Amino acid sequence: MFGAVNALGEALVCQALHRGVKTQQRRREGPAAALLWQKPRSAAQQRHSVTAILSKMAGADGDDSLYPIAVLIDELRNEDVQLRLNSIKKLSTIALALGVERTRTELLPFLTDTIYDEDEVLLALAEQLGNFTMLVGGPEYVHCLLPPLESLATVEETVVRDKAVESLRKISQEHSPVDLEVHFEPLVKRLASGDWFTSRTSACGLFSVCYPRVSSTVKAEIRQHFRTLCSDDTPMVRRAAASKLGEFAKVLELDYVKSDIISLFTALASDEQDSVRLLAVEACVSIATLLPQEDLETLVMPTLRQAAEDKSWRVRYMVADKFSELQKAVGPEITKNDLVPAFQNLLKDCEAEVRAAAANKVKEFCENLPEDSREQIIMTHILPCVKELVSDTNQHVKSALASVIMGLSTILGKDNTIEHLLPLFLAQLKDECPEVRLNIISNLDCVNEVIGIRQLSQSLLPAIVELAEDAKWRVRLAIIEYMPLLAGQLGVEFFDEKLNTLCMAWLIDHVYAIREAATCNLMKLVEKFGAEWAQNTIVPKVLGMANDPNYLHRMTTLFCINALSEACGQDITTKQMLPVVLKMSNDQVANVRFNVAKSLQKIGPVLDSNALQTEVKPVLEKLATDTDMDVKYFAQEAISVLALA
Amino acid sequence: MSAISASEKVDGFTRKSMRKAQKQRKSQGSSQYRTQSAPVELSPLPQLKDAPSTEQQELFTQKLQQCCMLFDFLDSVTDLKSKEIKRATLNELVDYVSTNRGVLVETAYPEITDMICTNIFRTLPPSENPDFDPEEDEPTLEASWPHIQLVYEFLLRFLENPDFQPSIAKRYIDQKFVLQLLELFDSEDPRERDFLKTILHRIYGKFLGLRAFIRKQINNIFLRFIYETEHFNGVAELLEILGSIINGFALPLKAEHKQFLMKVLIPLHTAKALSLFHAQLAYCVVQFLEKDPTLTEPVIRGLLKFWPKTCSQKEVMFLGEIEEILDVIEPTQFKKIQEPLFKQISKCVANPHFQVAERALYFWNNEYILSLIEENIDKILPIMFGSLYRISKEHWNPTIVALVYNVLKTLMEMNCTLFDELTSSYKADRQREKKKEQERDELWKQLEELRLSNPTLVQNNCHGLTGIKRMVRHFGKWAYCLSRSQVDEKIDATLVSLWEIRSYR
Repeated sequence: MFGAVNALGEALVCQALHRGVKTQQRRREGPAAALLWQKPRSAAQQRHSVTAILSKMAGADGDDSLYPIAVLIDELRNEDVQLRLNSIKKLSTIALALGVERTRTELLPFLTDTIYDEDEVLLALAEQLGNFTMLVGGPEYVHCLLPPLESLATVEETVVRDKAVESLRKISQEHSPVDLEVHFEPLVKRLASGDWFTSRTSACGLFSVCYPRVSSTVKAEIRQHFRTLCSDDTPMVRRAAASKLGEFAKVLELDYVKSDIISLFTALASDEQDSVRLLAVEACVSIATLLPQEDLETLVMPTLRQAAEDKSWRVRYMVADKFSELQKAVGPEITKNDLVPAFQNLLKDCEAEVRAAAANKVKEFCENLPEDSREQIIMTHILPCVKELVSDTNQHVKSALASVIMGLSTILGKDNTIEHLLPLFLAQLKDECPEVRLNIISNLDCVNEVIGIRQLSQSLLPAIVELAEDAKWRVRLAIIEYMPLLAGQLGVEFFDEKLNTLCMAWLIDHVYAIREAATCNLMKLVEKFGAEWAQNTIVPKVLGMANDPNYLHRMTTLFCINALSEACGQDITTKQMLPVVLKMSNDQVANVRFNVAKSLQKIGPVLDSNALQTEVKPVLEKLATDTDMDVKYFAQEAISVLALA
Repeated sequence: MSAISASEKVDGFTRKSMRKAQKQRKSQGSSQYRTQSAPVELSPLPQLKDAPSTEQQELFTQKLQQCCMLFDFLDSVTDLKSKEIKRATLNELVDYVSTNRGVLVETAYPEITDMICTNIFRTLPPSENPDFDPEEDEPTLEASWPHIQLVYEFLLRFLENPDFQPSIAKRYIDQKFVLQLLELFDSEDPRERDFLKTILHRIYGKFLGLRAFIRKQINNIFLRFIYETEHFNGVAELLEILGSIINGFALPLKAEHKQFLMKVLIPLHTAKALSLFHAQLAYCVVQFLEKDPTLTEPVIRGLLKFWPKTCSQKEVMFLGEIEEILDVIEPTQFKKIQEPLFKQISKCVANPHFQVAERALYFWNNEYILSLIEENIDKILPIMFGSLYRISKEHWNPTIVALVYNVLKTLMEMNCTLFDELTSSYKADRQREKKKEQERDELWKQLEELRLSNPTLVQNNCHGLTGIKRMVRHFGKWAYCLSRSQVDEKIDATLVSLWEIRSYR
């Protein structure tokens, strides 16, 4: 029968379309009507005579609902993966058309059997099924979705499996407590005791969603299963268990956290594989948050200390990376006694990766220190390590530090900043690595609040100049982006004196992105310093470039005018800019001419109607008869936008 | 700031050649975490060969202990004297275990393994270059190689010593030892991986009790590589060892081994860095098929499932592997797989990348494959014909067109009548396909409209009356190909639909 489907393609379209009409009807009528539609028809009914059916039309479902599934199946079997993928992505349409009962009885079994497809198709399927609850008839029937998702949760490809688990987690919430025990929990158990590691890996992600809503006997079983998986002999499963340990701990009763989770945590944290141990560090944060303060020392700290000194840098890296979270979880006392020395060690670690991760946390760590001893700890313990890091051999470490070090000034206050931090800032401003200097400059605002930027300006200038001329255009771009901020902090005099030339030099950079950013920068500066300043310092230079022999520079003039006209106001635009733009309409390069048209369109709204009619209009009309088609196009566009026709 | 050269100024990017030139061969220390505070200076011990035989054993132990001292090789100025003493001692130890008989007494085993473990087992340092491309970039070399090399050499000689007794050694060379050894295969230094390969091979040969464990751990490493990290430097070396292990498998193959083939070796083909270990991988696969030809069908289906979609370089490798498999395939197995396989080959032949097309067309230069094709020409020709015919007219590359002509000629000679039939029906077939394609497009377009809850659909239903007419027209065609009872049902259904359309209008 399916074979016939193809030949009848066109007819099916019609069929499908009626279905669509019905579907809409159903949507409008709401769920009650939808149920009415789904009345199953007996075989006898199906063989009723035409008239009988016609008379029953109001409520009966047509047999044509057969075709969408036929179409789908035909498409699902197509040789072309893309077509199979398409049909899977439209699965909800098909299910909607089929109605809930046929979706349950025909579509889902079919899908369960097609699990041997390409991973891409399976991924789409796994995702779709997570949103299928209403399409199978609501929460009452949601367990019908379990068989296909169970198979999907056992495939090798991680992406598919993860998606299946995600969908399973989603629909688990739609199960009633009874269904959860009758249908969902057995599935978790089956997965947890599967032969191949993939199903056991998937099971790890499902314990925490069903645990809170099942009876205590089932809870005991779930805990047992989780324990077993934590000591699985494949590292893949242990990794999955370790990564879900924190999440599982959160749903467990406190007594079980102490009795079960802690022993699992300790075991995983001393696993033979560092990839497992480092995941235990992540769990440490959640576990420590759950336990009362007095238990932390005995239950968590031995393991955490061991992790901070692990022989694998990956584990130490993880500790450094999670340091702020750990600090918050264990509280101020343990932080003072244990974490401070641990953090010092991490800042002095032999691997640059670890040092960089720790350096990134310097500010957060200091911020979260208990207030009473904060300054003392920073000054005596942390700052000496930070000083060493400023001259680290590895540039990633230095630039990680540079991105946060400025934040210390707010914590330490004016005097300490000037005495201790300022020399470090200055050293980093002279660092050989541009990223370090850039990170310092981009965080200047923190220092500005505490000591004022003047303290730095002497060293700042050479650093900025050097970055402004860096060989990498991305570095130049980054420094341009900080210009408005710097200008605001340094004040207009300093700017005019030292930085103005740089800003103008960027306008003739050989990289377009820089010229574009420079244009935008000028606009922001004008917004900051006002139109008068613009008229005196920027506008003459910009307009001067209109006579440059390089057409790219002439175009930059136009781009600047586009950006500046609004900020400069009608007077400057009409008197100074407009004549230049109009003059450029005679440029011999077509690109310049059509940019004149674009510029006129852009600055038109700023001009008064007299200027528009007497000056702009004739020029645009002339350009509209240009030999170049692009010039013509943009001139016409400008004429219509400015309503000059 | 260093002066910027003119060429750099132009686009801001440094030339790749310049970047490459700046890079030197880097070396890297192992990530030994605060192992010893400060190395004690070593003092030279007397030569083993000069010691009286009664004291030799004691001296041997002392020297082994001395060699447990580790040095920082990134710091090239400190401990020069001690480093040299350790190097000389290691050399002497290597010499001692390889030339002397009777030196491996039972008490020496723990000392020996202790020295080896201390020196070689370490956490590998983070890669200097996170996007290390093994084909382009120079590997980072192990800084402490002058010592580590000798320790590996010593381990190898120890294992190969005629007096070596696995029954004693297995207390020390245990699962944990092997596990740590396997982790070292991730070393970026090819010299180290080469030693490890030989050593692991010896251990596999001598310790029967560890064999299953070793295979399982290699499995785990591969699975982690495929599904989790996509990074492991020693895949090729491990596969090379597996190649010879597979060679020694007893028949019939255990389920474990078949599972390894299907769930590990075949998915390994999906790796991005396949080119680094494809030769070894293909060798392993072919070894399996030579052992058990019934695996051919699942293997080829597996390869077809993971066939590269966007990477032409990998596609060429896949084709190479398929040819290796076809070289050893049994004709009965060929029959089972020929249809899906040749559908893929016909796609490859039509690939716009000429290297892919060329590699596929080279199959026709292979005598054995040619004979298989000839035997099954009635099945294969209809699959191949469309692509070949189209490519002979359309491909941009003249070499490919010439090759295709030859292939078409060969195929024509195999079955002239079938060839003629296909030629004459080619146009009609294409048209039918095109029509089918259009129908599908239209179908999906309509289905798409289902989703749009657009009320105008009901009013402006363009399929309204014309749709009904078309349906009635089609109805005749349906009835023709359906059985009596089916027709009844269809009539009902159609009339239901007709009625609906009318009632909505």
